[in-house]
Amino acid sequence: MPRTAREVLDQEFLQIRAKILEIGAFYDRLGEAEASNISQEHLELLNRGCEILNDDQGDKAARIQLLFSRDYDADWRDKFAL
Amino acid sequence: MYYVDPHIHMVSRTTDDYETLAKMGCVAMSEPAFWAGYDRGSVDGFRDYFRQLTDTEPKRAAQYGIQHFTWLCINAKEAENVTLSREVIAMIPEFLDCPNVLGIGEIGLNKNTKNEATVFLEHMELAIEHDQQILIHTPHLEDKYQGTRMILDMLCADSRVDPSRVLVDHVEEHTIELVLERGFWAGMTLYPISKCTPQRAADMIEKYRSERLMANSAGDWGPSKPTAIPDLIMELRRRGHSEEFIRKSVYDNPVAFFSQSTKFDFVRPEHRNLGEQSSN
Repeated sequence: MPRTAREVLDQEFLQIRAKILEIGAFYDRLGEAEASNISQEHLELLNRGCEILNDDQGDKAARIQLLFSRDYDADWRDKFAL
Repeated sequence: MYYVDPHIHMVSRTTDDYETLAKMGCVAMSEPAFWAGYDRGSVDGFRDYFRQLTDTEPKRAAQYGIQHFTWLCINAKEAENVTLSREVIAMIPEFLDCPNVLGIGEIGLNKNTKNEATVFLEHMELAIEHDQQILIHTPHLEDKYQGTRMILDMLCADSRVDPSRVLVDHVEEHTIELVLERGFWAGMTLYPISKCTPQRAADMIEKYRSERLMANSAGDWGPSKPTAIPDLIMELRRRGHSEEFIRKSVYDNPVAFFSQSTKFDFVRPEHRNLGEQSSN
């Protein structure tokens, strides 16, 4: 791994700052939009994704991917009779 | 740096794109058969498409010094129509002897339905019967994890399938390990919204090293960037990786995978215009 943690932070700070700003602005837009029936399921997924960003565990990208994924059903072949 | 794009849909691109890719170092590409943006109505629609892939596109690519290879199938989206799929599968052998055909692909799943799985298994049978390599499309977004698991279930349940001759494409952080640990090749697709960014692809290359791992642009008619591989090369350079390390994912690995097909008559760029034929 050629880069140190300091190099990663220094090189990507502005890009990540911009992405966090986009997320904050999205939540502002959502909060200020006219009230309507929104998908609570989608909102909950986004909120839980943000929690993963800030927890103390690794593999954040893979865990966020799984959060937004349908569960695997190991019996799918039986159900499809294949 | 010279590179190979192992998955790009050039039927969707202009001739200018071929020129741009050549200028950026692309020396070969492979183009899997895919969905045209609409469901085709007959087997003859696919026959014409396969003529485009085996005749027209190699000629367009050759104008810019790019070698064009291809894969044939009925894609997962249209596979919902099992009757049409069976007609297309029965017709594919007409084209398997074409000089740029590397195998069967991109077969896979879209919404993980019974019909899609049925047609996937019949494509597998076709590939095995004709000793063809396989290139696989995995579903998008929330369907990717389940679909990838289903595809791996089908492949691994058949002892006739050699994982080293199968490329599973569009892997992301939650599916890459499943693919690599079972001995398959994995492809990361660099795509602006779904799939993967050059930065995340670089992360995965660093984490899994570059064994059996490659990157592609998809470069189709959707919002995509045919020059995405040079973006990945730049990202890896920015992180301080050696040219040799970078070249493994964007050139050596696709060449190694494709070289399992006798049809892959790739001439290395350093051997071109010298009257030499490379043995890869």
